[in-house]
Amino acid sequence: MRAALSGVIIMADSASSAAADVILRVRDLRVHFHLSGGLLGKPRVLRAVDGVDLELKRGECLGLVGESGCGKSTVALSIVGLQAPSSGSIELDGEAVTAGGSIDRKALARTAQIVFQDPYASLNPRQTVRRTLEDPLRLHGVRARSEIDDRVATMLAHVGLRAEHADRYPHEFSGGQRQRIGIARALILNPKIVVCDEPVSALDVSIRAQIINLLLELKETLGLSYIMISHDLGVVEHMSDRVAVMYLGRIVETGPWREIFERPAHPYTRALIAAIPDPLLRVPFVRAKGELPNPLKPPDGCAFSPRCRYVEDPCRREPLPALERHRDEHLVRCWRAKEL
Amino acid sequence: MPLRFNLVVGGTLFALAVFVGLFAPWLAHTDPVMDANLLNAEEPPSWTWWFGTDAQGRDIYSRVVHGARISLTVGIVSQLINTFIGVSLGLTAGYLGGWWDDFVNGLTNLMLAIPSLIFALAIMAVLGPGLTSLLIALGLTNWSFSCRIARASALSLKSQGYVQAAKVLGYGNLRIMVTQLLPNMLGPIIVIGTLGLGSAVLAEASLSFLGLGVRPPYPSWGSMLSEARDQITTAPWLSIFPGLAIFLTVLGLNLLGDGLRDILDPQSRSTRV
Repeated sequence: MRAALSGVIIMADSASSAAADVILRVRDLRVHFHLSGGLLGKPRVLRAVDGVDLELKRGECLGLVGESGCGKSTVALSIVGLQAPSSGSIELDGEAVTAGGSIDRKALARTAQIVFQDPYASLNPRQTVRRTLEDPLRLHGVRARSEIDDRVATMLAHVGLRAEHADRYPHEFSGGQRQRIGIARALILNPKIVVCDEPVSALDVSIRAQIINLLLELKETLGLSYIMISHDLGVVEHMSDRVAVMYLGRIVETGPWREIFERPAHPYTRALIAAIPDPLLRVPFVRAKGELPNPLKPPDGCAFSPRCRYVEDPCRREPLPALERHRDEHLVRCWRAKEL
Repeated sequence: MPLRFNLVVGGTLFALAVFVGLFAPWLAHTDPVMDANLLNAEEPPSWTWWFGTDAQGRDIYSRVVHGARISLTVGIVSQLINTFIGVSLGLTAGYLGGWWDDFVNGLTNLMLAIPSLIFALAIMAVLGPGLTSLLIALGLTNWSFSCRIARASALSLKSQGYVQAAKVLGYGNLRIMVTQLLPNMLGPIIVIGTLGLGSAVLAEASLSFLGLGVRPPYPSWGSMLSEARDQITTAPWLSIFPGLAIFLTVLGLNLLGDGLRDILDPQSRSTRV
């Protein structure tokens, strides 16, 4: 059981030569929130993330998808140190970042950065672009004026902004330009990993492709690795090498993007793919009905069982299905994956 | 941008008060303390004595002009102390939370429950009268409003994306508070500070009126009112002119505070280029 649960780790062990190439390893990550139950109620536990294993290889883009409230953003916040995990470990470039609860924020800052969803709330309205980019450099020990100017100018060029944009305030920019500034800020310290938390969801559809292409371009030129979080499979399909699908705090299916998109094994993944707007209506899968169940009272057995059209009796009982190998690197958490 | 009435009138009145205070020695006709002459005692306002004279024959106009120095100095310095205390407590409480927040909240509620003038009186009683004790007493008793405002702003700002981004970039708590939170809460703090400046001028007048502020014979508007209260029926100009000075200065500060509230909105500062 335990072995099957940590299938991802076993794969890494069997290919130890590839292990050196793993830049981020998340093991059995759990983030639980303790809620007080009010005057009379019992205190309750919200399991936002409940045992997530992830691996990100150098130069790879891992798509993390799922509905709102499935815990994908909590995973992202844990990786960049904004949310302390309840248990589990996160290793960045071989270094544990969660050991003992104390984090070396500055060291973490030079390894992992984040691009936020809302470009309107994520830039300080009282700072010029130049200050937004310069201050982190000074904080991390870059002293020479010429080097600071140089790196700011290079970064602005990288994200497609002009040099004269540096002395403007955020409200003078459009949404797409603001997101470019947000990307520049995330990259100014030369991180190796960038967590993109729904980087285009708040943008106008006409701008999205530009930002996605910019991110792909930067990944090549700067040798970055991405974790791309989105509820929109269309975005993930365009960018990711591998995809992990989350449902109610757990990963239910993971594998290379082609496998996931062409041969999805989990009924939930099929429902997500069916939800991509498709003018030709080629998709044979049926959309999911209903809402995400209350995470304070998760259903017995498979968490997706109340909404699943293939549900059978064993699905509604304990134990949970394990994340098992479906085909090669394709893992799925479903009792009926083989039959469907 | 259309010129706003409250901003223009308030700014003019306050600027006038500051101007009078700064250039008092040149504007005054006589020395406010030394030029007593009983031959001119209790002269009503005239071309010679613009605001009249008091029982010792001192020129009220010169005393009001010099009084601006003391009243404004006390008002501005004590309000700066208040703002500094209030913002430091409120900002750290809102951002750090936890027991410190509970403690600051309790302290603020305590301060709001004690009438600040009575508290200032108690401090003055301990320190004794005089300009320095007046500054301390007024500076320690009126910070609860700026504290509340700073705490509320810090609470709403700390979940903003740019604060999260600063954490991820490795900024320490102090740096985040000073560079990310403080500049974004300055608007409301300046407004509250300006409005509080009016009450500080009033509080100085009240304490001086009660004889605890600036010692006679040095003129402050409050102490002049205090000295004039016996002659209010026989020589009303002794009370009218210092009172008018307080009234116009406080009115100006309140209008200025309202006007600043209207314009201190970063989105309206410049247009998209």
